[in-house]
Amino acid sequence: MRTIDQTTQEVLTLASKHFQVPANSLAPDDDFFKKLGIDSLQALELLSRLENHFGIELPDYEVQGVSDFRTLASRIQSRL
Amino acid sequence: MLDLSKYQSIGAALKDALDQFAPQVCLIESDRERETERLTYRDFKERAHPLAKALQDSGLSTSSRAAIIMTNQSKWLISAYVIFFSGGVLVPLDYKLTPEEQWQLLKHSSASVLITEYPIWRQLAASPSRSSTTNLKTVLVTEAPPNAALSGAHRWEDFAGAGEPAFIPRSRSDIATIVYSSGTGGRPKGCMMTHENYLEQCIPFPALYPLWPGATYLSILPTNHAIDFMLGFFYPFVNGATVVHLRTLRPEYVRAVFPKYKITYVTLVPLVLKNLHKGLQTRFEALSPWKRKLFNALVAANRALTRSRPRVGLSRVLLRQVHEAFGGQLRVIIVGGAFTEPQVLRFFYDLGISVANAYGLTEACTGITVNDLKPFRADTVGKPLPGMEVRILNPDADGIGEVCVRGKTVMSGYLNEPELTAETIVDGWLMTGDLGRFDATGHLQLFGRKKNMIVTEEGKNIYPEDIEAAFEGLPVKEFCVFAANYIWPKHSMVGEQLLLVLHLEQGQTLTDELNREISARNSRLLNYKRVHGIVLFNEDFPRTASLKIKRNILAERLAQFDRASAILPL
Repeated sequence: MRTIDQTTQEVLTLASKHFQVPANSLAPDDDFFKKLGIDSLQALELLSRLENHFGIELPDYEVQGVSDFRTLASRIQSRL
Repeated sequence: MLDLSKYQSIGAALKDALDQFAPQVCLIESDRERETERLTYRDFKERAHPLAKALQDSGLSTSSRAAIIMTNQSKWLISAYVIFFSGGVLVPLDYKLTPEEQWQLLKHSSASVLITEYPIWRQLAASPSRSSTTNLKTVLVTEAPPNAALSGAHRWEDFAGAGEPAFIPRSRSDIATIVYSSGTGGRPKGCMMTHENYLEQCIPFPALYPLWPGATYLSILPTNHAIDFMLGFFYPFVNGATVVHLRTLRPEYVRAVFPKYKITYVTLVPLVLKNLHKGLQTRFEALSPWKRKLFNALVAANRALTRSRPRVGLSRVLLRQVHEAFGGQLRVIIVGGAFTEPQVLRFFYDLGISVANAYGLTEACTGITVNDLKPFRADTVGKPLPGMEVRILNPDADGIGEVCVRGKTVMSGYLNEPELTAETIVDGWLMTGDLGRFDATGHLQLFGRKKNMIVTEEGKNIYPEDIEAAFEGLPVKEFCVFAANYIWPKHSMVGEQLLLVLHLEQGQTLTDELNREISARNSRLLNYKRVHGIVLFNEDFPRTASLKIKRNILAERLAQFDRASAILPL
């Protein structure tokens, strides 16, 4: 079982790979819309990638209003 | 379609539709690859009546206001029908707003009933904005887990009354819905729409977008939005057609639904259309050189053959694979809610997929003008719908002026805002705040906005005045939020952005600390409401006697600056 810190780190790593930005440029409290300059659809793409990675299903309504990596990771963690 | 000229209310028309089309499928709900619901019109009625009885027993009656905050799903439509059947006024609210904003609108609308989904209710119930000052008496939540804390709400699924509910008739001039077009900070704008607005809006549709039992409409735009409420609920229902709901909006599942349910029509916001455009372009570019050459030749042939009008049957043969990906039955993609770039429209039309770009405002029900595709024009928003009068007020030398609209679909006014209503509807004409002109063929072209407002690609209206609350208490002398295109009028409906204008204290500079503070506050706003840049202004803002900022005068002064160099990126 992963710890929340591990989950957060994996979310950051995957986001950096998916959007091709340096891994060390993202921090847990970053707002991903702003930091990555992405729109809501691109955020949904990231979500699908995270689901595949963690082997979970995360309904859209669970992430409604979430915009930082830390909260996103905690929503994932609660389904692991 | 039912003959809507004979009906007095939405409820009466829907009631007859449920009987007339009883064996037809009215709703399909799909969650990822799983179909979770399939209801006929008869099933719909059987679900609705016990709920109507229970709500009536708990006090829902004539003119009661009932709010719905839900994602697109069958229970949204069943609940809305129950409200109309019982003579109530529907208040559809945006599920994407923050709980604070939702509470504000619940209070503003004086809703006595709220129907929502459990995850939304969980956030609402925990919000510090929840207080006893609302008029709410009954809260129903859908899909609550077995042991969930309901915080005073009832389970939608168990809320059933025994016996037949009473149908409460309404007349055409009665208020049917209160739809919030925008504004949650200082001034919520609740458009009061009458039953007549909706009945009349539907009448010209069959000539443009015919529907029939078995035809499918994919409902993706939020149903609280005027467009989906009409095209994803009322219009298909009075035609006995099928509405398809998706519980997820992930692009991969949305794509899969087109062939699965042979979608006939869909409405998208420009952002989603652009995403489809990008995805298709990437796929075409990945074709081997000779395949691409062949493909380009087919597109060119299709373009030549559809110059005067769409020929969907022919296009489906010529560009079979593209059309099969869309299910092979797609007639038209309707794009609304915001302006679409012409080259994106052209791209789809050349593939034989017509994109109907239309123009509408919540205040005018749904549509004002629509492209009739005879021939296709990417550079206009089409001609006025039958029954709509459109004129250009005070045109300049180029014929460009404010677009004004009159017709039976114009709202009766803004809730609790008589002054704002009087400014917006003058002698029966709705002042849209959009700048446009008619070309020689009677097509309307849009050129920007007169109001300090932006419309995002997701179809959201944003009034900068509403964003200012997020910056309240900022350690500067004064500040103000503007739409950049309002300061520097640009003949464009795209690429709009918000700016924070700062007047610093004497000797104060824009330090890293101040920048961080601004960024932190900005990030608390929903992403589409965020400010993009800062403009420094070194004089006192012009103000009225009551100390309100004179925005138009301040904008004129700011316009003296060079746009590119004045905007400091945030």
